[in-house]
Amino acid sequence: MLGYFDPATDAGTPPVESTEQVRLTIDGQSVTVPEGTSVMRAAALAGISIPKLCATESLEAFGSCRLCLVAIEGKRGTPAACTTPVAEGMTVRTDTERVQRLRRQVMELYMSDHPPEYLSRSDRSDCELQDRVAQVGLETVRYGFEGRNHLDAEVDDSNPYFQFDPAKCIVCSRCVRACDEVQGTFALTIQGRGFDSTVAASQDDDFIDSECVSCGACVQACPTDALLEKSIIEEGLPDHSVRTTCAYCGVGCSFKAEMKGERLIRMVPDQDGHANHGHSCVKGRFAFGYATHPDRLTTPMIRNHIDEPWREVGWEEAIDFAARRLKAIQAEHGRESIGGITSSRCTNEETYLVQKLVRAGFGNNNTDTCARVCHSPTGYGLKMTLGESAGTQTFDSVMHSDVILVIGANPTDAHPVFASQVRRRLRQGATLIVADPRAIDLLHTPHADPGLHLPLKPGTNVALINAMAHVVVTEGLEDQAFIDQRCDPDAFQRWRRFISEERHSPEATESETGVPADRLREAARLFGTAGNASIYYGLGVSEHSQGSTMVMGIANLAMATGNIGREGVGVNPLRGQNNVQGSCDMGSFPHELPGYQHVGLEDVRHSFELDWGVTIDDEAGLRIPNMLDAAIDGDFRGLYVQGEDIAQSDPNTQHVEAALRSLDCLIVQDLFLNETAKFAHVLLPGSSFLEKDGTFTNAERRINRVRQAMTPLAGKADWEITQDLSNALGYPMHYSHPSEIMDEIARLTPTFRGVSFEKIDRLGSIQWPCNDEHPEGTPIMHETDFPIGLGRFAVTEYVPTTERSNSRYPLLLTTGRILSQYNVGAQTRRTRNDTWHAEDVLDLHPQDAEDRGIRDGDWVGITSRTGSTVLHAVVSERMPPGVVYTTFHHPVSGANVITTDNSDWATNCPEYKVTAVQVEKVHQPSRWQQRHEADDRQQRAFLTGSLAVPEDE
Amino acid sequence: MTDLEAITRRAIDDWVDEPGALLPILHAIQDQLGYIPPSSVPRIARALNMTRADVHGVMSFYHEFRSEPAGRHVLQICGAEACQARGCRELEAHTQQRLGVGYHQTTLDGDITLEQVYCLGNCATGPSVRLDDRIIGRVTPQRMDRLLDGIATVPLTIQPAGGEG
Repeated sequence: MLGYFDPATDAGTPPVESTEQVRLTIDGQSVTVPEGTSVMRAAALAGISIPKLCATESLEAFGSCRLCLVAIEGKRGTPAACTTPVAEGMTVRTDTERVQRLRRQVMELYMSDHPPEYLSRSDRSDCELQDRVAQVGLETVRYGFEGRNHLDAEVDDSNPYFQFDPAKCIVCSRCVRACDEVQGTFALTIQGRGFDSTVAASQDDDFIDSECVSCGACVQACPTDALLEKSIIEEGLPDHSVRTTCAYCGVGCSFKAEMKGERLIRMVPDQDGHANHGHSCVKGRFAFGYATHPDRLTTPMIRNHIDEPWREVGWEEAIDFAARRLKAIQAEHGRESIGGITSSRCTNEETYLVQKLVRAGFGNNNTDTCARVCHSPTGYGLKMTLGESAGTQTFDSVMHSDVILVIGANPTDAHPVFASQVRRRLRQGATLIVADPRAIDLLHTPHADPGLHLPLKPGTNVALINAMAHVVVTEGLEDQAFIDQRCDPDAFQRWRRFISEERHSPEATESETGVPADRLREAARLFGTAGNASIYYGLGVSEHSQGSTMVMGIANLAMATGNIGREGVGVNPLRGQNNVQGSCDMGSFPHELPGYQHVGLEDVRHSFELDWGVTIDDEAGLRIPNMLDAAIDGDFRGLYVQGEDIAQSDPNTQHVEAALRSLDCLIVQDLFLNETAKFAHVLLPGSSFLEKDGTFTNAERRINRVRQAMTPLAGKADWEITQDLSNALGYPMHYSHPSEIMDEIARLTPTFRGVSFEKIDRLGSIQWPCNDEHPEGTPIMHETDFPIGLGRFAVTEYVPTTERSNSRYPLLLTTGRILSQYNVGAQTRRTRNDTWHAEDVLDLHPQDAEDRGIRDGDWVGITSRTGSTVLHAVVSERMPPGVVYTTFHHPVSGANVITTDNSDWATNCPEYKVTAVQVEKVHQPSRWQQRHEADDRQQRAFLTGSLAVPEDE
Repeated sequence: MTDLEAITRRAIDDWVDEPGALLPILHAIQDQLGYIPPSSVPRIARALNMTRADVHGVMSFYHEFRSEPAGRHVLQICGAEACQARGCRELEAHTQQRLGVGYHQTTLDGDITLEQVYCLGNCATGPSVRLDDRIIGRVTPQRMDRLLDGIATVPLTIQPAGGEG
């Protein structure tokens, strides 16, 4: 099925829940529907299609187009079916002669101010209006086309992905309502009145200059060609579609990839998607151009040394070269001298295979994943307290929350589709509390009460969460029944004594956190007295020296207030990358086999050993930072990196680069020549999410299917490459399809026991644990007990980071993301999303700027004790004084040249969120940046087999 | 802080806690400045937890609200039924031709802004017009000419055209 609006399935108005059922008759047919349902929806459910333009079931009924007129016995006139609720015994006729005549007349008026060619059906367009013209049987317009009209209106093509042609607009408000109700941005309006009414963005701005965030909900909602994807204009309509899962953030939106042969024409969010319900963001819907970008690597390449040009070779030669080198290293330096890094962007099956290759093929546990540098504290902290390394809820659960606490996360930018859902709930009246140094956009949710902002100093999370728990405990806001039934009493008493100490009170911690005590008390009381209070957190929690402590502090607060185990509550890490939950689940960590089963447990090892036919090392292997240190020491010499760019994303870039330079064999498997690949000896071209089958697991533990829509550009899916490498190394793998890999995962992982491709295809998606007890998965975790039996309160002593501001480095740098770019930017930088964010900038408070004579747009040097870099300054009120902020989407920004080696005490997750820096006005990029630029030119020249360095492009 | 900012801020402060504050704020600003500067819109939106689009939608719906300064004089011609019956269409054509502007436009010299209104409550003596705060009935094209001549004799030369209103 093509197109997102299908009259056959779109019932016109949203479903209504009611305990009362109403029976009515439509066109002689008896229909029973919940009370409050519209006549239009009731008719649709009975298989009767009433023509409509302004109605769609993703939006509330509006009643503006007047096309859905019907006759209702005993009622005067012809009411609109979309805005008329059903009533017991009602008799509706949808097809009387009068109704048909009226509809034709309404349509005739629309068409009198519409380009005449739309009167006839065309295959060129997917304009719904044309379908309705045919449905009502309009053939000519008696008024002609000469009267006043809007046909000369100017097209707004300012947005890189879609255009707005007012000449084709019927002012039905569907776009305006989609922007309001679905996206929650309220960037569109109807300006003027009467004949002059037109759709306008913000203050009649071009779309690109307006408040529009380019989510595309308006384009999807438009029933005409007024709002239309440029790809459709340029390439025509798609001819088939493939249901798949977005490869950007951890929301994991379901999409229909609409294809024309092997070309992807557009991505349309799937109404049936359990994570996104038909919505998407600018990245998922529009930013897919990278998948076929000319920069894609399509041929395997090898070289003996990183100062040499690359040599294009066949797959066999490349794999052979890699295997020989790895074997030689192990022969000379021992079994432990090589390792692998799994990708949080590849599928579960591919990630599983890499860690299996390391454990079974390399014969060690030197496997890690990029979750090391993002959510490893989540895995650790939640496992220690709640017993499972994952978020407890579905996204939909937030619609039942009364208080929503967001800590160190910026959902409108990093998890936009979930942010739209939160905003919907806030507009319904839920209360928002935000703990973040910056005033994030969620605090400015249009048409919702302003949230309560706790602007804490970076690095003081634990002091803040302890203070909140202190208020809960000392003011008697605990949920004693929950604690008695569900939590370990000794651990609770220990924690209670600890947290009750006066030194944790908001008044005592105020000077440390910077959050006024009364405001913190208010937040704690709101949280403690809410019916349903939920916590959503991001990397602002985990990427600290006390990341794991903070995660446990969050779990403590949720348990103490009884906010675990039902809809509307819970502890919810917002995972960054599409499959970072999955890569953790799949045994990527050096100490855990798939399903978080510790390698030290003999029975666990035994089951894998039986299945894999090898002996598994009973010692945990090296973490990424250990691998890098060992590389510099000369003990670690070979690394296989699957789709991750540690040279850009990991902290202290110069240290990472030195480590990579020390390796004898670096194998990089990626879509592009990324920063890490510049230090590689073997380049294995990876495949995009459009080119393979598999599964991604999103932040709500939802396993979604990824389905192949086009042939891999380089000929192989990533799992096939890993399999070839394994075979070349002498450990045989013979999978013919990723579903066989999932079958193996299910066989060996208790929480995945019931998972299969067949079941996911049947159910749409599955939230793990999926086993005999929960054969269709587990939407809400910990409903009756915890996997560890009783919940364990953890004593969370606040230990300030050693990274403090001082006279030499008086400011604190924190890092984050923005909407249009994703992670290291390898994908989004190769799309037209650069329109919004062509470079990383440094945000700083006006006072800090003034003190240093810095004005908006100046070059500023940012220096920490590790290094320095240069960015353009943006003077911004959203920053608190003393805190500066940047993103790391562009390699040349060198954001990680300045971040330090500090890391979480339990998991080594880097302290990206706190770096003491000085900022000053400068006139040119830093030395590192100048060197980086020269190296970058050299390495790109090597790619074409050339030694010469090209002139500046 | 400019006057304009001060006026916007005061209007917001006066009304922000009232339900339905948008219209009173827009009125307060227009009463003082004669128009609502587009640069005020983001501030109003932010204060009311709305968006620029929301405010623009409301402002543009009411012809009363202007986003740029009006001419020195505002001339409104009634276009409602009673005045139509008494020949206001002819009057409006004549006036538009004489001034060289359409409705909701201002003459090039910044002298007169011409507007259409629906009913000045003066139906017994149509066609009716309002010149600034004065309602005038039984306006024929000739009488309109005299009215316009009358304001044209105001010593225009000492006032520069345009300006901040």
